Amino acid sequence: MKLSSCVLIFLLCNTFSSISAFRLSRSQPTERISGSAGDVLEDDPVGRLKVFVYELPSKYNKKILQKDPRCLNHMFAAEIYMQRFLLSSPVRTLNPEEADWFYVPVYTTCDLTPNGLPLPFKSPRMMRSAIQLIASNWPYWNRTEGADHFFVVPHDFGACFHYQEEKAIGRGILPLLQRATLVQTFGQRNHVCLKEGSITVPPYAPPQKMQSHLIPEKTPRSIFVYFRGLFYDVGNDPEGGYYARGARAAVWENFKDNPLFDISTEHPTTYYEDMQRAIFCLCPLGWAPWSPRLVEAVIFGCIPVIIADDIVLPFADAIPWEDIGVFVDEKDVPYLDTILTSIPPEVILRKQRLLANPSMKQAMLFPQPAQPGDAFHQVLNGLARKLPHERSVYLRPGEKLLNWTAGPVADLKPW
Amino acid sequence: MKLSALHQSYLNRRSNSFRSPTSLDSSVDGSGKSLIAVFWLILHCLCCLISLVLGFRFSRLVFFFLFSTSSTNLYSLPFRPDLPVKHLDVHTIGRTLDPGANGTTVVATATKSSRVVVGRHGIRIRPWPHPNPVEVMKAHQIIGRVQKEQKMIFGMKSSKMVIAVTPTYVRTFQALHLTGVMHSLMLVPYDLVWIVVEAGGATNETGLIIAKSGLRTIHVGIDQRMPNTWEDRSKLEVFMRLQALRVVREEKLDGIVMFADDSNMHSMELFDEIQNVKWFGTVSVGILAHSGNAEEMVLSMEKRKEMEKEEEEESSSLPVQGPACNSTDQLIGWHIFNTLPYAGKSAVYIDDVAAVLPQKLEWSGFVLNSRLLWEEAENKPEWVKDFGSLNENEGVESPLSLLKDPSMVEPLGSCGRQVLLWWLRVEARADSKFPPGWIIDPPLEITVAAKRTPWPDVPPEPPTKKKDQMPLSQGNTVVVIPKQQQHPTKIRKPKRKSKKSKHEPRPTDTTTQVYSSSSKHQERN
Repeated sequence: MKLSSCVLIFLLCNTFSSISAFRLSRSQPTERISGSAGDVLEDDPVGRLKVFVYELPSKYNKKILQKDPRCLNHMFAAEIYMQRFLLSSPVRTLNPEEADWFYVPVYTTCDLTPNGLPLPFKSPRMMRSAIQLIASNWPYWNRTEGADHFFVVPHDFGACFHYQEEKAIGRGILPLLQRATLVQTFGQRNHVCLKEGSITVPPYAPPQKMQSHLIPEKTPRSIFVYFRGLFYDVGNDPEGGYYARGARAAVWENFKDNPLFDISTEHPTTYYEDMQRAIFCLCPLGWAPWSPRLVEAVIFGCIPVIIADDIVLPFADAIPWEDIGVFVDEKDVPYLDTILTSIPPEVILRKQRLLANPSMKQAMLFPQPAQPGDAFHQVLNGLARKLPHERSVYLRPGEKLLNWTAGPVADLKPW
Repeated sequence: MKLSALHQSYLNRRSNSFRSPTSLDSSVDGSGKSLIAVFWLILHCLCCLISLVLGFRFSRLVFFFLFSTSSTNLYSLPFRPDLPVKHLDVHTIGRTLDPGANGTTVVATATKSSRVVVGRHGIRIRPWPHPNPVEVMKAHQIIGRVQKEQKMIFGMKSSKMVIAVTPTYVRTFQALHLTGVMHSLMLVPYDLVWIVVEAGGATNETGLIIAKSGLRTIHVGIDQRMPNTWEDRSKLEVFMRLQALRVVREEKLDGIVMFADDSNMHSMELFDEIQNVKWFGTVSVGILAHSGNAEEMVLSMEKRKEMEKEEEEESSSLPVQGPACNSTDQLIGWHIFNTLPYAGKSAVYIDDVAAVLPQKLEWSGFVLNSRLLWEEAENKPEWVKDFGSLNENEGVESPLSLLKDPSMVEPLGSCGRQVLLWWLRVEARADSKFPPGWIIDPPLEITVAAKRTPWPDVPPEPPTKKKDQMPLSQGNTVVVIPKQQQHPTKIRKPKRKSKKSKHEPRPTDTTTQVYSSSSKHQERN
């Protein structure tokens, strides 16, 4: 169960709560934000694209959720909320002929073990089955072989559909999805599980729960560095050195006795409050480069210290992660204290000002109902920026690019 | 016999360990002995194997520890030979470390490659993983800077002056109490005026204490002397506070008036919190009703417990005075101190050995905007009595008497949920003595010779009964004779003692003289 990196975070999410809007009452002065695509965070996607939502048999989505309602609260829940959002969104079109994008609502990650860990063993067959269905019932898939379709694949290694990185790399992205646009949490540069043109989204964190733990912003930030989570995953990595590529273990071994570092494996009930009392929050990689800490740090105004070489951060084209976070190479973890204390206070204050920007926080969340500028809208903005589709995505009649029989034999079995 | 043969064969085997097994066989003289030899050989081999395996296992461990703790261990490649190195591709070996350059070259070659290696990595531990004091200092500077910024953004935009009103009089514990309050006021990060009203006229002694604060002080004296009973003292203190308010009115001091009694303890948050008051605010006061007599206290505690059981009014027995709010943070009433457990047991005279009880509502739990007291002020609310025409002889008991409508009071401190200051009255006996200004001059006559430490076992008989000594029981707290303690470790064998104990006191040494005198102490009351 290499996924148990997520256990601690998952514990935070396991109380079932109805999701409501995340109201932000920020009074701190902020400045304009631009990511690599410019000042696009507050763009309104409505009118810039039209999305057709396929109607699939409920066994691909609703039935799966009925079987295990815990899926609504785990950190991969974005796949569920995305469908709910699109169904009522003004960008939705019922006429597939005028659609710019096609969305296939499949809940591939909603298959949880009794402990609440998602194991995506059935996902490839399920995805394949869904694609076969739309390819035979509608003409639009075959027109482009998926180049104007998008899928939400929020699992650890996205559409590689395996929880172990080595196996995931061995599998590669599901062959049928090779032309589609993937919306995924996994993001690492030059990794076989992140194909070009994918949209990296934040993991789902329960907005209402976070809001209920907000403390007054005037509460003095008195913790220098804060981290709660695993340092060693003894169960899955008894030797050490595989988990988090040794970075979390290095954090512990170097700074366990440092009074500036409030680090521990114990998740206290005041976890969210403590983040609001900290200046820096460590966001090291686990089994995957990302974790919900990224979202929590932004929401709670704690400067994220990102320790994950080559990470691709959510909505990097809209959010200036370089400006709000601190990036520390995995090899530099032993000098974390030197690196953090040598940041000029003015730079720290600027990062905090940027973090206080409500639109930044909004972009990290999947609230119910959706609100302008939230993560749903950022996904749509990202899709809209890819328009119009190049002429080359449309296949000539009879042209076939996808190999329907590629991939492991086990994946070819019917779902 | 058999045993000796066994031993011999063993020795034989040991000495001929390099011989071939056939020669070993030929050298033994019986088939039974040969079997034993073979058994020993197998045992030996087994032990060798075990030690080999263990040695290999531990050598790996030692290797691991050596390398994982050494400073040169900043490796990034898997070091286990049996583990296949899992590079994503061969490009990673000749990679450039600059991420930007790497990214561009990779995009150019359009191959999926990463400089991040999948597999086992070393755990990098620096040679001396201890905080560097310079960096710790820097970190604290950063924390301080961040907090300052938070204060600038979320704190009071324009802070109001704090006008602290303190009634006091010269007594044994005055320096103790007044210094405590003074130090709290000195820490207040706002403009502050300290109005000290002194009963029995303004004295140099009080003046000297408050001058040390470096604060802006207004020292007012009133002619009346502080009475001996708690009830009268409270009444006079009310009069003194009103006197201070009159100063505020006359000098048109602009700020927030707080009543800092010299026996209050304040949390620093109180001073931030009272900045939020618009006209008339109130905070919760923690009441530390004590009894000078321990037995008395235990009794009253028991009695209180009984009463709790009987009446089941646990909330009312909380030692807190202050505003009571409903669920929407509206003021609906007052928590007052439950005096029932102390009925008939509380102190009447200031030096009574009994629980000292607060007033129903202590003044220290109230703050007000000084403009309420001014003759003319903009937007002065109508629910306030005109302070100028107020006659203090007409039963001004609590600050609420200044208001026409007490329901307009603003509850502060999360609607009274936070206790931001405490009330505790401790006074020495009225006839107790203390040196003026707590400066010992001339020196006390009690002396246990420094050379004589440790203390002699038998307390020396005070030889100066003739001097007009105050009995200790009368509350003279100046003289303290430490209790002698026996030190068993100090008792040594006479042999050693004769050598070394030249300067050690003998247990029976009673030449120490203890003087207990207070004749030089001026009586102050």
